[in-house]
Amino acid sequence: MSVLTSNKNFLPTLSDVELKEKFSNIKPRMANSEAIVEASRCLFCHDAPCINACPTSIDIPMFIRQIMSKNTKGAAKTIFTQNILGKSCAHVCPTEVLCEGACVYNNLNEKPIDIGRLQAFATDYAVENNLRFFKKGKSTGKKIAVIGGGPSGLACAHELTVLGHEVVVYEANEKAGGLNTYGVAPYKYSNKDSEEEVKYIAEIGFEVKTNCPVTGATIPELEKKYDAIFIGAGLGKSKKLGIAGEDLESVHGATEFIHKLRKKEQKIQIGKTIVIVGGGNTAIDAAVESSKLGADVTVVYRRTEKEQKAYYFEVELAKKHNVKFIYLTNPVSILGNEFVEGLKCIQNTNGGQKDLIIPCDMVIFATGQEKIIDFYKSIKNLEVTQGKIVVNKNFQTTNPKYFAGGDCINGGKEVVNAAAHGRDAARGINEFLMRGHND
Amino acid sequence: MTDLNTNFAGIKSPNPFWLASAPPTNTGYQVMNAFKAGWGGAVWKTLGKPIVNVSSRYGALSYKNNRMMGLNNIELITDRPLEVNLREMKEVKEKFPDHALIASMMFETKEEWHDCIKRCEDIGIDGFELNYGCPHGMCERGMGSAVGQNPDVCEKITSWVCEAATKPVIVKLTPNVTDITRPALAAQRGGASAVSLINTINSVTGINLDTMDPNPTVDRLSTHGGYCGPAVKPIALNMVAELTNHPDFHLPISGIGGIETWQDAVEFFLMGATTVQVCTAVMHYGFRIVTDLTEGVSEYLDSHKMKKITELTGITAKKLRKWEQLDLNYKIIAHINSEKCISCQLCYIACEDGAHQSIALVKDSRIPVIKEDTCVGCNLCSLVCPVEDCITMVKVETGKKKLVWANHPANPNHILAR
Repeated sequence: MSVLTSNKNFLPTLSDVELKEKFSNIKPRMANSEAIVEASRCLFCHDAPCINACPTSIDIPMFIRQIMSKNTKGAAKTIFTQNILGKSCAHVCPTEVLCEGACVYNNLNEKPIDIGRLQAFATDYAVENNLRFFKKGKSTGKKIAVIGGGPSGLACAHELTVLGHEVVVYEANEKAGGLNTYGVAPYKYSNKDSEEEVKYIAEIGFEVKTNCPVTGATIPELEKKYDAIFIGAGLGKSKKLGIAGEDLESVHGATEFIHKLRKKEQKIQIGKTIVIVGGGNTAIDAAVESSKLGADVTVVYRRTEKEQKAYYFEVELAKKHNVKFIYLTNPVSILGNEFVEGLKCIQNTNGGQKDLIIPCDMVIFATGQEKIIDFYKSIKNLEVTQGKIVVNKNFQTTNPKYFAGGDCINGGKEVVNAAAHGRDAARGINEFLMRGHND
Repeated sequence: MTDLNTNFAGIKSPNPFWLASAPPTNTGYQVMNAFKAGWGGAVWKTLGKPIVNVSSRYGALSYKNNRMMGLNNIELITDRPLEVNLREMKEVKEKFPDHALIASMMFETKEEWHDCIKRCEDIGIDGFELNYGCPHGMCERGMGSAVGQNPDVCEKITSWVCEAATKPVIVKLTPNVTDITRPALAAQRGGASAVSLINTINSVTGINLDTMDPNPTVDRLSTHGGYCGPAVKPIALNMVAELTNHPDFHLPISGIGGIETWQDAVEFFLMGATTVQVCTAVMHYGFRIVTDLTEGVSEYLDSHKMKKITELTGITAKKLRKWEQLDLNYKIIAHINSEKCISCQLCYIACEDGAHQSIALVKDSRIPVIKEDTCVGCNLCSLVCPVEDCITMVKVETGKKKLVWANHPANPNHILAR
């Protein structure tokens, strides 16, 4: 049994039945008839705003039209042509602020088209039936290493394989998939979903070496073996708070907390009362997952509700799960000798400041992730600004052999952004290797 | 509340909404339920010599998520013994003496027609409808549309009926002809009191693409069925207006064809019908839709300060002319209300690819702009626009006098005439 708190106040793990009920997909699969009715609503806009809002520019009206005409296979092909991670994006994209947010129905005060679920309808069908639309290209004789088997790495490896290159993906964890496997909320995308997707994508014919972290020590060998290297390494560990009591056993970084939940498929014991520090989407994910496991959850954020970086619909979801929010409050120290007993904070009030002690059994900090700067230093001439690798429009770094994409160049965005980077970086690499461009 | 009482060629009913001769009027049970629900009349499922029906019988056309935009059937006339039908019709008439009960009939010989007319009149029927329209099965036996398509036969059989009938005779016309006025005038010559139209249209609703069998399938085969439902309304409206506008045609018209809402009914009245008959909408939603028909029409009359439905009769039919009588100097152009526009740009692509390239896109805006100098006022953009009253067609004052084709300088006949 896994225990995330040494405190006596921990919750029993949930039964399989309870877990299944609580962590079932919040956007359930559409039935055929529902998909066709919803697809029929699409206006088939010219130069559709939803396409422009999608970082991978999926031809959304076209795939919706294909669903309407019961050409689900064709719909999946339309999606995967632009984004081979179209299945996970369908489930984990913040569609409310991307495609669905751009749907013209919003201007009519009507419900936008349920694009995410329609995309899931088509892509789930294609992956489950292993419908294959792409083949390994004619061999170019070039070899490329991809560092990181997350969304950008997988998208890059897939596109490179289509273009005829030999690709090996190096994944530090025991499973590939990156955030889809270890980071996103399980009620959006399950372990099984992610594993199936990785298998589906890799089946085109590239190798994924898991439990195979790339370090400064292995870089020279990699450079010798490969013609080009793509870095899709994501981000590092959760940033520490730098306050007293942080070393107590029941204090966790949100990324690590979620990672452990995913790894154990939520069969884990957590504290009865949990305080989460931070205002982003990761804080919300940690809060909702904890609440689903039965904890009493409070989110403490240093700024106001308006300044919160989490999407409004994620905050709504947390509120529906009885998560409490305390704003304008900074953690000062974590209280407790043997066990966590509470979080001491300073709260900014109208007049000034006051001390606030929130009793709790666990503290999770979701105040951002560190950049993996030490690793970057082992690569010659790799320019890094504010922890982010600098790339040109072809996603080529200042060391021409290296390309990069995903969270390690944008500091942490959506899966769909990473998928777009990976695809476009592959095209950049192809250009570089086949035509010798390195501008 | 307006008075919806109707006198159609001498047949009285509490309102002009009748059930057409079809499955909803198969039995006394159904017709009594319909009258209780508020229908003013019913044309009983066609009486005739015994027949046997096939299974399956109906096929439908769905559009996107709208079921049954069009329906077709390969069902024949009543499959119940005449005695049973007559007994139930008598019961209905006794229970609902003020409602219109019309016997639809289809026979071959003069004697058969005369016999049935007498038996129907004996039980107190209000009128007859001659089924000259059924486009499948019966026409192969020389009845149904085989009669309606041949004006001479139509006139002759109508005259047989009118010899014997003391009650009003309605001739139901088939639309499967090139000129609807010919069978209508034949019916008039034969002595009919009224006509009803349209009966169903020859059709195949679709094909099962897995088996490549036509719909509706009878052991993998089919036959062309009779098409009806919302999809046929425009065809019916035109045919009704053609009769209304014919100078030699003077009979009352009962309008049929895709009527589902009160708006549909009003359209038929405006084209010249004085009663309407409904079938598909009832087969889809049941009898209770009549509530909306009666209330809607009453409201409409009130809002136009009218007291009776007959005040509507034919108003719009009069506005249908030959194309050559339309004013070629009348000009409208499209106008986009930028505040209502939701920027789907459907108007742009429709005009660009499908019409006259008269809508432009401008940089940094998703709201299309009408090219007023080239817009021909075709309406297409306003038809595809999903927002009500966003694209309107605005009249342009050209300062030119009305000019019709007959007088147009480009008309070769006009030049010859000069």
